[in-house]
Amino acid sequence: MAQTAERVVGTEVRRKEDPELITGQARYSDDLAAPGMLWMKLVLSPFAHARITSVDVSPALQVPGVVAAFGGRDLAGEWAGPLPTAWPVTDDLKNPPMYPLATDEVRFQGEGVAVVLAESRAAAEDGAEAVVAEYDPLPVVLDMEEALKDGADLVHADLGTNASYTWTLTNGDVDAVFATAPVVVKERYVVQRQIPAAMEPRALLAEYAPAMGEYTLTTSTQIPHIVRVVLAAFVLGIPESKLRVRAPNVGGGFGSKIRVSPEESLALVLARRTGRPVKWTGDRSSDVLTTHHARDQIQEIELAADEDGRIRGYRTRLIANMGAYLLLVGPGVPLLGAFLFCGPYGGEAYHFECTGVFTNTTPTDAYRGAGRPEATYAIERAIDALARRVGRDPVEIRRMNFLPESDGPIPSPGGLTVDSGHYNGTLDKALELVGYEELRAEQRARRERGDAKQIGIGFSTYIEMCGLAPSRVLGSLKYAAGGWDAARIRVLPTGKVTAFVGVSPHGQGHATTFSQILSDDLGIPVDDIEVVHGDTALAPLGMDTYGSRSLSVGGVAVHRAADRIVEKARKIAAHELEVSEDDLEYVRGRFSVKGAPDRARTIPEVAFSAWTAHNLPEGVEPELDASAVYDPENFVYPYGAHICAVEVDTETGQVDVLRYAAVDDVGTIINPQIVDGQVAGGVIQGIAEALFEEAVYDENGDLLTSSLTNYEVPAASDVPSIRIDKTVTPSTTNELGVKGVGETGTIASPPAVINAVVDALSHLGVTEMARPATPERVWRAIQQAKGGAA
Amino acid sequence: MLVRTRVNGEWREADVWPGASLLSMLRDDLGLLGTKNACEQGECGSCSAWLDGEVVCSCLVLAAQAEGREVRTVEDLADGDRLHPVQQAFLDAGAVQCGFCTPGMVVAATDLLERDPDPSDEAVREALSGNLCRCTGYQKIVDAVRLAASRAGGGA
Repeated sequence: MAQTAERVVGTEVRRKEDPELITGQARYSDDLAAPGMLWMKLVLSPFAHARITSVDVSPALQVPGVVAAFGGRDLAGEWAGPLPTAWPVTDDLKNPPMYPLATDEVRFQGEGVAVVLAESRAAAEDGAEAVVAEYDPLPVVLDMEEALKDGADLVHADLGTNASYTWTLTNGDVDAVFATAPVVVKERYVVQRQIPAAMEPRALLAEYAPAMGEYTLTTSTQIPHIVRVVLAAFVLGIPESKLRVRAPNVGGGFGSKIRVSPEESLALVLARRTGRPVKWTGDRSSDVLTTHHARDQIQEIELAADEDGRIRGYRTRLIANMGAYLLLVGPGVPLLGAFLFCGPYGGEAYHFECTGVFTNTTPTDAYRGAGRPEATYAIERAIDALARRVGRDPVEIRRMNFLPESDGPIPSPGGLTVDSGHYNGTLDKALELVGYEELRAEQRARRERGDAKQIGIGFSTYIEMCGLAPSRVLGSLKYAAGGWDAARIRVLPTGKVTAFVGVSPHGQGHATTFSQILSDDLGIPVDDIEVVHGDTALAPLGMDTYGSRSLSVGGVAVHRAADRIVEKARKIAAHELEVSEDDLEYVRGRFSVKGAPDRARTIPEVAFSAWTAHNLPEGVEPELDASAVYDPENFVYPYGAHICAVEVDTETGQVDVLRYAAVDDVGTIINPQIVDGQVAGGVIQGIAEALFEEAVYDENGDLLTSSLTNYEVPAASDVPSIRIDKTVTPSTTNELGVKGVGETGTIASPPAVINAVVDALSHLGVTEMARPATPERVWRAIQQAKGGAA
Repeated sequence: MLVRTRVNGEWREADVWPGASLLSMLRDDLGLLGTKNACEQGECGSCSAWLDGEVVCSCLVLAAQAEGREVRTVEDLADGDRLHPVQQAFLDAGAVQCGFCTPGMVVAATDLLERDPDPSDEAVREALSGNLCRCTGYQKIVDAVRLAASRAGGGA
């Protein structure tokens, strides 16, 4: 009756989340209000680096509707400590304190110096404008390489250096390999600064109940559980049990909502001080300054190879821009790529080194892919450079260097144990999907004709590590928390199911995906399953959502909790049917007696018995309810082949993506429609990273790209449709066989695009292309190759 | 100041600050929260609504400009729990991820199909170019609009 006949894992179940989103009934943080609430507005520094000489909030207090206003010093006594970083990657890491408001010195444009509370949003804005803050400008540090030179101006004078840390990793005898290899290719790439730009700006509502001493923070976050522990224990100094954090519907994150923010800290403190709820919504122009930026690396990569192009060693040196302070996981972001500068390729020696550097810019942290897009960019560009050096085709050079194909674990030069992979399989499929031979023929024809519009084909055969993460590994990398996650499943008396999960979505469709897993495990229809997340008062303690972990860690916890439901239900069913547990057969929600299939109990029947508890077997507790916490033994390793064909106008430098084929292997697929949506969204974000998006500062440290249009978030008319296919090689890390799909697109696509641009112009002698490959950059590269003035 | 506007077929009144936007009136005074605020600079289309039958960025229109006029929002599309055909197509095509741009996108898509019942992919992309989405890469949104068109008998 309630039993589902067919498996739903692997089918395109329509998203349960969508009806309220499509109709406008969904509630995001900015849609919430509380009686008597005040609006909060921060006063932000217009300077990138300056001493604060005075902050006078008294004019703000004269503005009608303004209730209170504070400078940084007024609130200095409120903080138990600075906003912490959770990832002190080395013992000697330099980690200067960042407080919710600056007191003496501002170090990036957009750092808060004062805060105003008012009865309306308009009054709060007027009040913030009335605050008089005076500054004495200091030298601005922007260029990472200059910042590391002796005698450079300093972001933090008391540190005596702009270097925060240097982290290294070495496998094998790197020097010997490089000394003896007949071919060494050395490349330098710049990964430009990105602005994550989720469509929903960060927003929050903070409430305080004085009689109980209880705080409630509703906030647009990816990490309600982490926000709770960090804010309570480190920033506010209150019992964690007195702070409830809720993430309602969250309008996109891409890493930008993995943070413990000044605004969250201020709103809670001010809710307590005023006794009134405090609401804050970031407007777009402050959101691009105050929400973290990302990427921003200078990369040097060397490959040591045999004469035929077989790679023997990898050597990478990075400089990574931390911005003005270390944020929650900022210093660790490059480490998430540290093991992947060898891509899915073999070799015997590997060295990685990264220096994190302070500049007077918005602090950086995670952005979709976090570390892995940077690594993939470097190796996929460098392997093309190697191919050119040894005279090989880009397909050929990749095939000859792929790791051994395997259904089981294989070690990589970077020191990882890759769960499974068939790299030629995705490449073969991608070549067919993109129409490779046809494109090459067209490319030849255009070259022969000398057309102004030339075609180029670019490859990216990537691998990533995700499913963050085995807690032991995180510990060895000095990350301050674990990587496990949790689920609790409750089968209600009528056979409906509520699943409480520790991961916290912002568009990924967790409720649908987890319902599909549970439906197969318990034989309950998807529509009878509710998934609860994003509320620390309801959900089990979890580690939230980032790093493509929700399915490969959180989903496995869901599956394991369901296994425990079945285990308990089996005892009750056996008792009621008066047989031993071994005599029962279980298929999707139904226990039947072996040899007498009509004698049976379904999960809903058992749930009712467990609830009445009238006749339970000895030692079995009432209620059909079970929990599981899953800590993965290894990462999961999605991989694939992306091929991009571009058309480049050699007269104007304009680049258009003609075709794009993405063939990914993300292991077992729960919902193909959701997976394809993740791939398409990620690829377009990566194409935008390669062609359009760049955060630009002027020489004073003023952010020039301060809106969605001049930062060039692409519109539908700017981007292509892509061709998507899959291979399926189940992960050996977890019993679901899943690998994660949230970040594949942004990890894979930028080098495919840039390699294609270089390929389109290679006959003109172009070998290097900076990103984003704007018409001006492309045009200049062509002129330079021609020997003209550029 | 008092503004009287016919919103989703019903005359409504709001007492707004003279500088208030139509978006602010819809959200803060009339409780119509489906229209979203993502940039307040007319760049993203999340606040798309109809004013006298024409789609506008409601963040760029003063509430006062809506005096005596007809406003239609995303809340007007579904009939109880029955989705509008364009909404149903968004659901079936998997065109929604975080959902924040979706109400504005559905308004723009519905408006397009009311004007052009069988748009090409290019026409869809052009018509939606004022509505930014960061999650989907637009592919399934284009699919959804084409699906809605074909179900209405417009497309093949």
